[in-house]
Amino acid sequence: MSTAPDPIADILAAITAFSETSAPIDFVLILSHWDIFLQGMLNTVALVLVGLFFGALIALPMAIARWQGMPVASPLVGAFVYVFRGTPMLVQAYVIYYGLAQFDWIRDSVLWVVLKEPWWCCAIAFAINSAAYQVEIYRGGLDAVPKGEIEATIAVGMTRTMALRRIILPSALRRCLPMIGNESLFLLHGSAIASMLTVIDVLGAGRKLNAQYYLAYEGFLAATVIYMVLVFGITRILALVERRTMQHLQPQAT
Amino acid sequence: MADLWEYRWLLLQGTGMTLLLGFSGLILSLMIGLLGASAKIGGGPVARRIAGGYTTFVRSVPDLCMMLLLFFGGQTLMNKLGAWTGWWEYIEVNAFAAGVITIAFIFGAYMTETFRGAYGSIPKGQFEAALAIGMTRRQMFRLITFPQLMGYALPSIGVNWMVLLKTTALVSVLGLHDLVFFGVSAGRSTRNPFAFLIAIMVIYLILTALSDLVLRALERRYTKGRMLRT
Repeated sequence: MSTAPDPIADILAAITAFSETSAPIDFVLILSHWDIFLQGMLNTVALVLVGLFFGALIALPMAIARWQGMPVASPLVGAFVYVFRGTPMLVQAYVIYYGLAQFDWIRDSVLWVVLKEPWWCCAIAFAINSAAYQVEIYRGGLDAVPKGEIEATIAVGMTRTMALRRIILPSALRRCLPMIGNESLFLLHGSAIASMLTVIDVLGAGRKLNAQYYLAYEGFLAATVIYMVLVFGITRILALVERRTMQHLQPQAT
Repeated sequence: MADLWEYRWLLLQGTGMTLLLGFSGLILSLMIGLLGASAKIGGGPVARRIAGGYTTFVRSVPDLCMMLLLFFGGQTLMNKLGAWTGWWEYIEVNAFAAGVITIAFIFGAYMTETFRGAYGSIPKGQFEAALAIGMTRRQMFRLITFPQLMGYALPSIGVNWMVLLKTTALVSVLGLHDLVFFGVSAGRSTRNPFAFLIAIMVIYLILTALSDLVLRALERRYTKGRMLRT
């Protein structure tokens, strides 16, 4: 047994004691549970990305239908947008998680593999909710495509799909990018409701920590800081992406 | 459907709570918004800093997270302060107050931006004219700035109101007996959550549609002067 003084251990013990007794926030406790917060962060980021991606996948065809004013599809899409933008996402997630589970035919179907998992219920709710917002964004982008660009595609003899794929959609999507950035921040904010469906997202991690140690707010405070970091990071990435895709509009050095 | 009919009064009561929360939150957030905007536009460097920090903070933290932080953290903070100063005994922050304060705190930030933007839309000549005919600053605010500010801010206030109304759903988490709370518990006791959750969605849609009507009427009223001029 060595009794040699270990300065690092002493300092650590002092910090821990300070954190546990006199500091208003027990930060050592939070830091020592970094693993649940990391798990929460991964879940939050994954849920938001999955929601955004599948939301875009559903929203694009709907936006095109609305833009072209298709007879039956367009009003249907309008109703979809109205319903899912006009109701709280929390209630939508409850419908998918609690509401659908009451039907035996859903419990017996293949869908149950997905619908019994709270994680996937959240992902579905986020995708549908985000799709409702994204439809309007893409439609706005499509409406903003100059008429001349569309006429030019006809003039050079492109088919409708080819024109859409090569000219109109790239032009429209590029214009939508700032709005999609906003939407991803809104979805990140909305994603906190995943903790209500027992998913361990960032807020869920905070709640878990609080419940484990009978804390009032330490977990929420840590979650708040993590969300702020996430938002800051996303804003940075978005600014970078925007500069890249809008390169042709930047002033050029001559 | 029979279940829904049986619980109609409960759902109605929940709708009342949702609306009460929404209106209280709206009024308080409008006041915070006016204060924040005036700090951002005409405040000194410190006031400007504080208002800027406030709006940035609110926009980077999810509403649910903020609500829980304020509800649980705020209560502990109040009690620690009370114990430290000895001014008050243990107090329990009432869930309604916590809900309204959180909603107002969040939407106050959005309203700040709304009013700031609206202020920028008022033509500068209006202020110059007011000063030229010898109005005091107070008169200028009451007769020139405020009426036009409302006109320009209204569309954005409307959007904020719709988001605010949906955000009230989160207070059910604090145990407040709003529409979502009653709907979920009624769904649980009848083992028919689907019907109740769909009913909640329908009620929210009705509220949104009604708000839309009111907002359109208000907008017509407040932009009358502008329409005549053009």
